[in-house]
Amino acid sequence: MEISYKPQEKPPYQNAIDRILGWGRKYSIFMYPFVTACCGMEYMSVASGHYDIDRFGAGLPRFSPRQADVMLVVGTINFKNSVVLRTVWDQMCEPKWCVAFGACASIGGPYNNYATLQGIDRILPVHVYIPGCPPRPEAVLDGLMKLQDMIQNQKHDLFWKKRES
Amino acid sequence: MTPEEIVGRLNEHFPQAGLDNRVDKDHAVTVAPVDRLEELFRELRDDSEFRFDLFMDITAVDWLERAPRFDVVYHLYSTVHNHRLRIKVMVSENKPVPSASGVWVVADPMEREVWDMYGIKFSGHPNLTRLLLYEEFKGHPLRKDYPYDKRQPILEETWPSRDQG
Ligand code: SF4
Repeated sequence: MEISYKPQEKPPYQNAIDRILGWGRKYSIFMYPFVTACCGMEYMSVASGHYDIDRFGAGLPRFSPRQADVMLVVGTINFKNSVVLRTVWDQMCEPKWCVAFGACASIGGPYNNYATLQGIDRILPVHVYIPGCPPRPEAVLDGLMKLQDMIQNQKHDLFWKKRES
Repeated sequence: MTPEEIVGRLNEHFPQAGLDNRVDKDHAVTVAPVDRLEELFRELRDDSEFRFDLFMDITAVDWLERAPRFDVVYHLYSTVHNHRLRIKVMVSENKPVPSASGVWVVADPMEREVWDMYGIKFSGHPNLTRLLLYEEFKGHPLRKDYPYDKRQPILEETWPSRDQG
């Protein structure tokens, strides 16, 4: 028997795909740390032994955007740097997520002046915001778990598809 | 030399140069006219008693309402004799200051920064372009009449921005 469905319709096995791919992807997060300022210290302490981000499967930072699937924007982004940030984001392959780490990346933090971008969500889609200046490592892990929940519960395509946004 | 000795020697050395030498809070200060600056710099570096071989900093002050609008402030240090001198020059908006980069090479990037932030021109500078800000930037942000809330983003801010709603 021929199975046929219209592309807009959900294929019958989509729920299983979502669950399986989501489970796989949430425990194999490869981060691209875009570290520009003081929050980087806190990122290092999360990544190293005591708090150990590796427990969540996000232990290996990749320093090439082509190999990463979560971009972690750690620190202040100014207008001059925003071009670089956007380029790095555009270079990452789907599926990709973005985390704004700290007050600066989320809303500009303590800086509101001629040079600072008031939150990276003005130039990129952001999936998780981690508040704090700098955030406690616990807050970072909490944000990471929120991201994992999101990855688990979202729709995943079995084949690559161009995103509209 | 103590600050008093520096001031005394400056008075001896440049009797008719129009310098206003004084000791201010245990620091030798001289207010110099713009046209004698080049000669003064060479003398301060090469004279065996002064030997100001380290050009520490150059910055500027914007006195918006005063007649020569800016103060350009130089800080010199001698690694040989362990003494310091501050030179102030009053300039108006359009008058260029002779560049110190022929005397001390490190003055080159510092003068570019002053040009970037205050828009003070340095005549004889090999490459007077912006140092910290981007080329598209209009105006000079540390001037007192630069609007404090003026933003000049490079990328178009497409994401719904916090300021609009
Ligand atoms: S949020 Fe605070 S700690 Fe983090 S980069 Fe900004 S100023 Fe530094």
